[in-house]
Parts: sequence; C-alpha cells; structure tokens
Amino acid sequence: MEFKTHISVRNLNVFYGDQQALKDITIDIPDKGIIVIIGPSGCGKTTLLKSFNRLIDSTDGVRVSGEVLVDGENIFDPKVEVTRIRKKMGLLSQNPYPLPMSIYDNVAYGPRIHGQKNKKELGRIVEHYLRESGLWEEVKDRLRSPASRLSVGQQQRLCLARGLAVEPEIILADEPTSALDPKSSRHIEESFLRLKERYTTIVVTHILRQAKRLADYVIFLYLGELIEHGPAEEIFENPREEMTREYMKGIIS
Amino acid sequence: MDSKRLLKDRLAGRVMFVLTVLSGLLVFVMAIGLYQRSRPILAIKSLRELLFSTSWHPLKGEFGFLPFIMGSLWVTGVAVVIAIPLCLLTSVYLSEYASRYVREWTKPLIDLLAGIPSVIYGVWGVLVVVPLIKDHIAPLFGTFSSGYSILAGGIVLAIMVFPIIIHVSSEVFRSVPYELREASLSLGATKWQTVKYVVLRKAMPGVIAAVVLGLSRAFGETMAVLMVAGNVAKVPSSVLDPAYPLPALIANNYGEMLSVPLYDSALLLASLILLAVVLFFNVIARVVLIRVERSIQ
Repeated sequence: MEFKTHISVRNLNVFYGDQQALKDITIDIPDKGIIVIIGPSGCGKTTLLKSFNRLIDSTDGVRVSGEVLVDGENIFDPKVEVTRIRKKMGLLSQNPYPLPMSIYDNVAYGPRIHGQKNKKELGRIVEHYLRESGLWEEVKDRLRSPASRLSVGQQQRLCLARGLAVEPEIILADEPTSALDPKSSRHIEESFLRLKERYTTIVVTHILRQAKRLADYVIFLYLGELIEHGPAEEIFENPREEMTREYMKGIIS
Repeated sequence: MDSKRLLKDRLAGRVMFVLTVLSGLLVFVMAIGLYQRSRPILAIKSLRELLFSTSWHPLKGEFGFLPFIMGSLWVTGVAVVIAIPLCLLTSVYLSEYASRYVREWTKPLIDLLAGIPSVIYGVWGVLVVVPLIKDHIAPLFGTFSSGYSILAGGIVLAIMVFPIIIHVSSEVFRSVPYELREASLSLGATKWQTVKYVVLRKAMPGVIAAVVLGLSRAFGETMAVLMVAGNVAKVPSSVLDPAYPLPALIANNYGEMLSVPLYDSALLLASLILLAVVLFFNVIARVVLIRVERSIQ
C-alpha cells in the first residue's frame, strides 16, 4: 500500500539523563487517518508523541538526536521557531487540563494568542469547534462559566475543541480516554473517526481494543524500540514479528 | 507492659493537643492582656481621638497615633510596591525559565536572606540606602532629605520580605500542574504567554497569600525600620519624609519615661493597634483569597 508521508522520523534517539527512552526510531507516518501507537507502558510511546511537537524540550536533562520532519522540515533544527511547529498540532493529554478560564475563553485562547481579536470571528470559531468536538449542544447556554465545572468527559472534548481551534493539521492524543468513563470515551473515539478524513490523528494507547477500533495504521513500540509498523489490518491480522504477536495475545504487556 | 505502652501513646496525644491549643490561644491571651493594660487611656480619651489625632505630646497628655499609623502604612506600602514586581518576576524566572542548575544555586541564596538578623539590614540601610537617598535620589526631585525616610525604610523592608514572597510564590508556581503549561504551549503559545495567561492566573490565590505573608512581616518589622525611617512623629507627606512607624514607637519608648502618666497605657494601646491591624490584614487577605479561588476555577 502506498502512503503520502506527513511526518517522517529519522534515527530519533531520546535520552532522559542516562536512560535511553527511544532507540534509533525511523518511520514514515502517513498523511490523514488515525495512526495508533501501541505498546506496554514505559515503552516510549508518550516520548515519541511529544517529540513530534517538541514538548519534550522542556523536560530537564533531555537529549535528542536524529530528525523529525514535518512536511519535510526538520523540527529539531535550532533555527526552527517552535511555536509555529506546535500550532500545527493539537494535543490531547491523558487527563483533560482545561485552562483556568471560561469554556468560551478556553476555545478562544489559541486563536487569541495568534492574534485573532475580532469578537464576531472568535464567536464563530468557538461555536464551530465546539460543534466539531460534539460539545456545543451541552454548553451553548453556559459558555461563560468556568471550564472546570464541566464533567471530565466534557472537559476532554473541550480540550479537543481548544486544540482544533488553532487549525492544526495533526492531532496528537496521549491515551486520551484513560481518565474517562466508557460513554465519554466513545464520544472521543467518535470524534476521531469523524475527523480522520481531514487530520492526521496520532493516538497513543495501551488498550488493544481501542487500537483495533480506531487504527488505520499501527506502530508497535517495545522498550524504546520500534518493533513493527504498518497498515492496521496487516499488523492485527498478520504481524511479522514474534514480539508483536505475543503482545496481541497478551503475553507481554 | 503493653498497657504502659498504650498509656504513653494516649498521654503523648493529650499533651500535644494541649500544647497546640495553648499556642493557638496565645494570640487571644496577648490581645486581652494588651487591652487590659490600655484601658486606663481608653477610659479618658475616645478611641477616635487617639486614632485620628495628629498631636503627640505625652507630657501634655496628648496621645494622637495618626502619625505612627500613617508611618507604618507608608513604609509598608512602599515596601510592597517595590517587592511585588521584583519578587514575581524572580519567582517566575526561577520556576519557569531557569535551568535546574541555576535554580539550585539561586534558591538557597535567596532563602539565606531570610536568615539575616534584621539589625544587619538596619546597619546596611544606614550605610548604603540612607546616603543614596540623601545624595542622589532626593536631589533628583529637587528636594532635601536627610535620607532617613519612608523610602529608606521601604527599600530595606522590601529586601527583607523578598525571600518570603519569592519562596512562597515559587512553591505556588511549582504546584501548577505541568500539563497545564503543556496545554498552552501545545497551542503554540510562547512561554511568556503561557506564564501570563495560564500560570499566573492559576497561581493567583497563592501569590496573594505570599504577598500577604510578606506584608504582615513588613508591617510588624521593628529593628531595621527603626534604624532608617527617621522616627519623626509627624504625618508624612512624601516618601522622602521621615516616618515613625508603630513598632519603632513602641520599641523606642517602652521602658523609658514611664513616669509620665498614661504613657505606658498609650504604648500598649499602640501595640494593640499593631496587633489588630496585622490581624485585619490577614482576614481581608483570606476573604480575597477565597473570592479569587472561586472565580478562576
């Protein structure tokens, strides 16, 4: 199968102090669709995800070598302006972290920091992306109330809307449903499926069933090494590596 | 054997409980004691007259506290105005920008400031700050000042409250979850935007608490201020004027001239006022804290 490449990782090594979290990762990540990174906890999934938008920069004592090319541009190049790279990607973290402000201001935060001042336009953006994340109907009457009053599931959808509002090309999601109840998890998964035609969505998960529900393309990491990657049906139906097979069967976890 | 062990346990619990209650009650005991001793002057003069009269002539039996109250407010106010921006920027730098190496070296140095005896700040104020104001700052505004002034007291006090405010607010910033910063950064916000719109906002109640802690320390600080503020019993009209803050009044005069009728009672009333003002600050601050906390949720 042929893919158009969106992000390509070249010989990426990440060290936290003496510990190597990622070992010589080289992979091309396809454009659009849902890419799922699976693997046991502590295997470097989150590190890989956070190296895409350089959030690992701010960790103390981190060292990175290799390249990550987004649309052909090496984002670890010291000349690159990091906020522009980050704006290309919306992040959903494990636990939703609404900013300490109202629902409206949370979604408007991104556009505002990038210079959007027009009130009408902001209102339009807020409504559009709250609809996109499936939250609009539930919050349209209380946009000015603090985001922290929403339920955890609603907060996660708010975070999705907040991320989408800066018009990224890529959605990075780090175990986005691990803090949510089943119903809210389904909401988030549905949003991803709805959005996958337009965004490259990269989801880290350790829930195999979720991976199967979502994935178009699968990356399997184990102890910082890239074991196997490929289109979902190939990896799930017919993995080439013994290790992948064992993980699927639940022998290693 | 076993019952003895349990008895000791219970006893230890009781003793510690009593000690805790006693230290908690201490402030009330002090307040009552001060009130008792200041009753003689309150029996003759109205509180209103004492608080708002500017005339301080103990020999004539006139005890107006306004110059001292204003002196305390001015000096504390100047200290806070100087301290807040410097402390906030320092603690933002330390918690958000500085590398671990810088942080580990700077923090102990700043905390060290808290351990310096206040008399040393006083001496330093007399040797450095007072001449600086006399020779450079006052001429800048075309006025004369002996240097012993509100500004001198404010500068010295500001430096004395640095470690408290910096320490507490750095802790507060550190308590802001890292993921909240990530959320803002991942939207393409710069570090400064993240600090301004997210971290400071989330940390605001704690920052206010930090400032209030510094403020109460500043308001009650005696020695260093006494040495540089000039101690003139007159309501000040500019920061280059000398002032005579309440703690300095009490420390300078209590134990002397007590043969003057009502003098002793007046000074203890001043102590009571000092205590009351500090408590008042604390209560106001807590009310503000609760409000702020509610509104940023």
